[in-house]
Amino acid sequence: MRLFLSFLAGGLFGTGLFFSGMTDTTKVQGWLDVFGNWDPTLAFVMGGAIIPMFIAWRLTEGRAPLVGGNFPQPSRPELDRRLIVGSAMFGVGWGLVGLCPGPVFASLSYNGWGGVWFLLAMLAGMKVAPKFGMQLDRRMTKA
Amino acid sequence: METDWLWGLAGGGLIGLGGAVYLLGNGRIMGASGIVGGLVDGTAKKTALERIVFLAGVVLLPLVLQLFSSTPKTTHMTDNVILIVIAGLLVGIGTRIANGCTSGHGVCGISRLSLRGIIATVFYILAGGLTLAVFRHGLGLI
Repeated sequence: MRLFLSFLAGGLFGTGLFFSGMTDTTKVQGWLDVFGNWDPTLAFVMGGAIIPMFIAWRLTEGRAPLVGGNFPQPSRPELDRRLIVGSAMFGVGWGLVGLCPGPVFASLSYNGWGGVWFLLAMLAGMKVAPKFGMQLDRRMTKA
Repeated sequence: METDWLWGLAGGGLIGLGGAVYLLGNGRIMGASGIVGGLVDGTAKKTALERIVFLAGVVLLPLVLQLFSSTPKTTHMTDNVILIVIAGLLVGIGTRIANGCTSGHGVCGISRLSLRGIIATVFYILAGGLTLAVFRHGLGLI
C-alpha cells in the first residue's frame, strides 16, 4: 500500500510537471526574468498546487496517515543561516539553467545528456551538502 | 501561448494532488530535494524503497505521456555543460542546506502557512530573479 501510494504520488507529480510546462526551462527562466519577456505561468502552477495541498493539511487534523504512523510535525519557526543561504544558492542555480529537483526527474526521458549532467551534478551537490552546512554553522558561531 | 496559464493551473492541481496523496496516504511531505537527498546522503535507509518508487513515478509517467504526445516535448535547456554542472551543484547543495526546494518549501510549506517555507520561497525567487538580471541582462551569458 505504502509503495503503491508512493508511485501514485510520484506519477501525479510527474504528470503535473509535464503538463504545467515546468520542465520547459524557458518558462521557468521567463518567470524569473522580470526585466525581459516575463512569463507568469509558474505562479498559476504554484497556485494550482497549493489549493489541494491546503485542503490536505486541513484534513490531517485529528487524523492519522492511511498507512499508519503520524503526520510530520511542523518545523520550528527558526529562520537560520542555512535556510537563507541554502535558498539563495538554490535560486542562483535555478535561475542559471531553469531546472529544480522535481523537473530534473520529470524531464529525464526527454532532456538528453544535459539533463543527465545536471542530475549528476545535483546528486554530487547533495552528497557534499552536509559538510558545507557544517562549515556554515562554524562560521556562524565565530561571527 | 494564451492557454499556458490554464495548463499551468491544471498541472499545478495534479502536483498538489500528488502532494496530498503522499501526505494523507503515507504521512510524508512531498519535497523532491528531500526525497532524493535522503537517498544520497544515506539518512533514509528505512524509507529508501518508498523514495525510489516515488522517483520512478516521477520519471516514468512523463516518459509514457511523451510517447503519446504528437509534438515532441522539449526543455529548451542550455547545452553549455559548464553552466549545467555549476547550476546542478548549486541546486543540490542549496536545497539540502535549506532543507527544501520548490515542491517542499514552495508547494507543501506555503500551503501549511509555514514561515520557513514562505521565507525560503521568497529567497530562492529573489536569488533567481537577480541571477536572470545579472547573467542575462548584465553579462548576456544565459
